[in-house]
Amino acid sequence: MYQYTENDQKIIEERVAQFRGQTSRYLAGELTDEEFLPLRLQNGLYIQRLAPMLRIAVPYGLLNSTRLRKLANIVRTYDKGYCHITTRQNIQLNWPQLEEVPEILAQLAEVQMHAVQTSGNCIRNITSDQFAGVAADEIEDPRPWCEILRQWSTFHPEFAFLPRKFKIAVSGTEGDRAAILVHDIGLQIVRNDAGETGFQVLVGGGLGRTPVIGSVIREFLPWQHLLTYLEAIVRVYNRYGNRANKYKARIKILVRAWTPEVFAEKVEAEWAHIKGSPETLTEEEVKRVKAYFTEPAYEALDDASAEASLRNQAQEHKAFSRWLERNTHPHRIPGYRIVTLSLKPTGVAPGDVTDSQLEAIADLADQYSFSEIRATHNQNLVLADVKKSDLFALWQKAKVAGFATPNIGTLTDLICCPGGDFCSLANAKSIPVAEAIQRRFDDLDYLYDLGDLTLNISGCMNACGHHHVGNIGVLGVDKKGEEFYQIQLGGRAGTDAELANVLGPSFGREEMPDVIEKILNVYLENRRGDELFIDTCRRIGLDPFKESVYAKNHH
Amino acid sequence: MPKIIIKDKIVDDKWEVLPKAFLGEPPVNKLLLLPMKYWLEHSENLRLPVLGIWIDSDEEVEDIGEKANMFPVIAINFPSFTDGRGFTAGRLLRERYGYNGQLRAIGHVIRDQLFNLKRCGFDAFQLRDGTDLEEALKSLNDFSVTYQGDANEPNPLFRRDQ
Repeated sequence: MYQYTENDQKIIEERVAQFRGQTSRYLAGELTDEEFLPLRLQNGLYIQRLAPMLRIAVPYGLLNSTRLRKLANIVRTYDKGYCHITTRQNIQLNWPQLEEVPEILAQLAEVQMHAVQTSGNCIRNITSDQFAGVAADEIEDPRPWCEILRQWSTFHPEFAFLPRKFKIAVSGTEGDRAAILVHDIGLQIVRNDAGETGFQVLVGGGLGRTPVIGSVIREFLPWQHLLTYLEAIVRVYNRYGNRANKYKARIKILVRAWTPEVFAEKVEAEWAHIKGSPETLTEEEVKRVKAYFTEPAYEALDDASAEASLRNQAQEHKAFSRWLERNTHPHRIPGYRIVTLSLKPTGVAPGDVTDSQLEAIADLADQYSFSEIRATHNQNLVLADVKKSDLFALWQKAKVAGFATPNIGTLTDLICCPGGDFCSLANAKSIPVAEAIQRRFDDLDYLYDLGDLTLNISGCMNACGHHHVGNIGVLGVDKKGEEFYQIQLGGRAGTDAELANVLGPSFGREEMPDVIEKILNVYLENRRGDELFIDTCRRIGLDPFKESVYAKNHH
Repeated sequence: MPKIIIKDKIVDDKWEVLPKAFLGEPPVNKLLLLPMKYWLEHSENLRLPVLGIWIDSDEEVEDIGEKANMFPVIAINFPSFTDGRGFTAGRLLRERYGYNGQLRAIGHVIRDQLFNLKRCGFDAFQLRDGTDLEEALKSLNDFSVTYQGDANEPNPLFRRDQ
């Protein structure tokens, strides 16, 4: 894991001092609301429905036990004892006091954390695959590149006031877990015939009001040119992105208006001026950063015997076997598995975690996973390096602490934004919908029979809950002051990302569990063999779902 | 006389900005910042000893390009402090066209942007009315370390001697 140099630390501390000054000038009336707004947003601070909301950056989702313990302490002292994992791998506090935010930032800086550029019209947190470095199908570890991009984008002097927010994601595997097709810039690590590392560059993807799948504008960008090429893209966007209408301001609108081909030409023309400039990466710098992401001290383990004992434990304990199947993933090192701690038990807002749970997870990470933890864009936490022989003991402890619900990848592992309970942008609440669905479908055998299925809920069209790429997407809408929910079907994230299609007229909140049940029944009646929900959905189209769901409305 | 920050000093602002829609003959005995478009259209006939231009955020610095060094002062207008196009304009004038005269930020510019403006090549800053300029000077040095190369230091942190 990356460790700050003296310079990195100094930058973060100077940022704390700068924000402390801005906050006190605002409180003294020297900065207007209008002027303080983008300044605080660039530090992740929103003024929400009930209180400010502070979004803390978790660069590419990577945490360690020291950081979790610090966060536990912060949420206990300055908040109501819990925080929230977001769909961009960050962490949100829902109840901090504005006056106390500078102090929270100072404490975060002690453990090399910050809230830099977690909001505002600037380059946001760089996200990646939660299984980076341990995935069996990895071409190259994306994290060093993410860190290089983090440093390049941090306080970039030219790009602090872009037309709109700007999100970059990096994937190092063929199977994309970083959603690079729906980012402003998506980077896919590739190797050329000579075995050299480079990036396939996509631009103009995004969700929100106008969901778009990104377009490839360069098939192979040699790694040396990563920063200058991205500088060219963001510079073109900064100059020509729409600033008159915030709903048309994202880069996707510009790319679509110009066409990806023309956009690529503009970028190449700008890049021709700066290609080879000192911002060109050096082997030395890449080596320096990569040195922080070396393998932990894996043991040489007897995989066969570990597998045999796992099989025995699984046979004796059905609950363990379910957890093993759903909540653990293959690791590239024999004898290890990746464990996902579910933050989706029924009755808790998806992605919420308490101070004592944070501490419990920190303890588990220290004991079982080289003290490292990852946040996922599905709003769970991951222990990436657990010995198979430790899984049973870990499961027992995780169960006691409340995050061993064996539902990863199933219907109830749903993605859900904070919605109208917290967010002032929301048109409707999302957490109660999530809970009602979790309560209705709490039978594990039924869930497992449904198999892999994503259900994503957003409380408004800003799409923080990624509803466009859920197999089932739920979008909260406001009709004359009342909350309704629109359903979309057939979306998927990943390498072959597709956007969902709207099913039809929206529903009241209390109808939602019944509607979802009807949709699931259509799937169960139509699936062939072990066909997944998304495949059945794509094969049979929307009509059978419409017929079932709207049957009563049409007589 | 209004005040302006030049480099790290607060001084009288002797330059006057002619509005974008200006027509007719500019007064001869004043230090004037002409709209870039006006200068491009009238440069043949102008009889002004010293003059500067100002460029609006929706205009292209390429239009002045190599001719930039004809002017002792070029101003970039920020219609709103959230309109970040001027940051790119500053860098292009300095880094692409080698402009070495005074580069000033005018319009709605706030103290909290001074550090970034300086890094994008600006050396004169007309801050919005009501700014405590003495206090604002501190923001020119909000950070002592930066990651990227910029208009003053072409090398990013990883290429500098550390």
